[in-house]
Amino acid sequence: MAVISRGFVGRGGEVNPDLPAGQYLTADFPVLSAGPTPHIETVDWQFSIRTDEETLHTWSWDELHALPIEDINTDIHCVTRWSKLGTSWRGVSLDTLFATVKTTDKYVMARSYGGYTTNVPLADLLGGQAWIALEFDGDKLDPEHGGPARLLIPHLYFWKSAKWIHGLEMQSQDEPGFWEQNGYNMYGDPWLEQRYW
Amino acid sequence: MVEPIDGNALAGPLSDLFTFDPTTASARCAGCGDVSVLARAMVYGEPDTFVVRCANCDDVLMTIVQAPDRFCIELRGMTWLKIPR
Amino acid sequence: MTGTSEARDGRIGNWKVGVVTSIRRESASGRSITIDVPGWGGNIAGQHTDVRLTAANGYTAVRSYSVASAGVGDRIELAVDRLPTGEVSPYLVDTLREGDELELRGPLGGWFVWTPQQTESVQLIGGGSGIVPLMAMIRSHEASGSDSPFRLLYSVRTPLDAFFRAELESPSANLEVTWIFTRRAPSGCPRPAGRITAADLEAHGFPAALSPTVFVCGPTGFVETVATALVALGHEPSRVKTERFGGA
Ligand SMILES: Cc1cc2nc3c(=O)[nH]c(=O)nc-3n(C[C@H](O)[C@H](O)[C@H](O)COP(=O)(O)OP(=O)(O)OC[C@H]3O[C@@H](n4cnc5c(N)ncnc54)[C@H](O)[C@@H]3O)c2cc1C
Ligand SMILES: [Zn+2]
Repeated sequence: MAVISRGFVGRGGEVNPDLPAGQYLTADFPVLSAGPTPHIETVDWQFSIRTDEETLHTWSWDELHALPIEDINTDIHCVTRWSKLGTSWRGVSLDTLFATVKTTDKYVMARSYGGYTTNVPLADLLGGQAWIALEFDGDKLDPEHGGPARLLIPHLYFWKSAKWIHGLEMQSQDEPGFWEQNGYNMYGDPWLEQRYW
Repeated sequence: MVEPIDGNALAGPLSDLFTFDPTTASARCAGCGDVSVLARAMVYGEPDTFVVRCANCDDVLMTIVQAPDRFCIELRGMTWLKIPR
Repeated sequence: MTGTSEARDGRIGNWKVGVVTSIRRESASGRSITIDVPGWGGNIAGQHTDVRLTAANGYTAVRSYSVASAGVGDRIELAVDRLPTGEVSPYLVDTLREGDELELRGPLGGWFVWTPQQTESVQLIGGGSGIVPLMAMIRSHEASGSDSPFRLLYSVRTPLDAFFRAELESPSANLEVTWIFTRRAPSGCPRPAGRITAADLEAHGFPAALSPTVFVCGPTGFVETVATALVALGHEPSRVKTERFGGA
């Protein structure tokens, strides 16, 4: 039997019925990183959606800012067990970006500056569920939190909201991304506690 | 945690898997070919999850995910691991 | 416990139950903790242990701590600095009491270590709680009567933040200690307060030409600054061993 540490509660020692199972509430915005933080100048920044070998839709920083920018108010849940309620963001809806994209593929691989990847079903990016986020809490996104721009898919665990987003690649099958290859769940629904394989 | 720690710190988590101290084993990075003891690699991540990167080129050498009921360990970034006996 | 983990009994990585025998205040935010760990079986200077805390609902948190003691036996000393927003260090510094049980695994790590068989000059460079594994080396050096020359550069915010202050203020004959105060130096200290620089390493450290083994330990930012400066001063990267404690 494990020894109970007298008086230890820790971040996960209390159950919070308002949160997905196994999560605790935090007021901070903890930074998790899988590697060195890339620093990308907005003049060099580009976002793209690739549907096949030949077809690449691209947006520069200015082109992205010419699109409608939405206010987003949402809860976020990290697989490392913190949740943050009522966070405010601004960003461009993926619905807007996909409006001009034709594809029959049902899955997406998100690719980031720095090499990170994560997979998502296309259906989870559409219907007002996902954004390219450019601001957090009234300020531009700092590099530690994924700036200049990150993916925001708040209904899935936060590792799906790829920091330093660079592009999306359509795929006919659901191939695993970086964490999904290494032990994390393919889908990652926090309310079903889909943390691992 | 944002800032990395040294591969030394993997001695505990990896002791669940190996009967020797793997942090003194040397590994060859599949990315740049650098050969170095694991203790010198850069370790990113949280207490339950580690991304181990080559100190020379930052490529991923290894990832360790400690789920409640199992260990997921991925070593694709190493060409080999040489273990002292 | 499950069958598989029972089958693994006796290994270094098994969790052992220690009992806190004494606690001593080291600084405003840090204290040292002496623990009896049956089955520990002694450790080499510089090794660490993982500490596991378990909440009443089964939630656990694991962190690494260097061992400040070295040598045979089942009694070890840790020294922990409180990170105000941290999960484990405030518990170890503020809540843990004598008589409490603590789960540990170790001794861990065979790389960041010093053994009395080593005869070369040794340069120790510690920042804040990074002194802990270096203290084990200093104690092992003294206990073994080693005559390998030792030098320590110890960087702390103010004199009150130093761990093991009394012990380091009267070092043994083969140890030279240089203090670096980053926020407030005591009166009479010739060096003004400020972060460690290459000039400090050059003035007080063993020269690269002597090929000392260098151990650098502390917060990640500190270790990176020092390690970069050492290499720039001509130290062979393979002779510079680092232990980063992390940092937000
Ligand atoms: C090999 C090794 C040896 C070490 N030896 C020592 C030693 O001898 N003495 C010593 O004092 N330390 C030592 N450390 C550091 C130690 O392991 C811990 O990292 C340190 O005590 C902080 O742990 P914590 O649980 O208090 O902080 P953590 O909870 O880990 O937090 C660390 C920082 O990240 C932030 N943070 C992280 N996650 C969250 C979150 N979810 N919500 C809010 N904030 C968050 C915190 O604000 C804090 O600033 C060592 C580390 C290593 C790798
Ligand atoms: Zn490499």
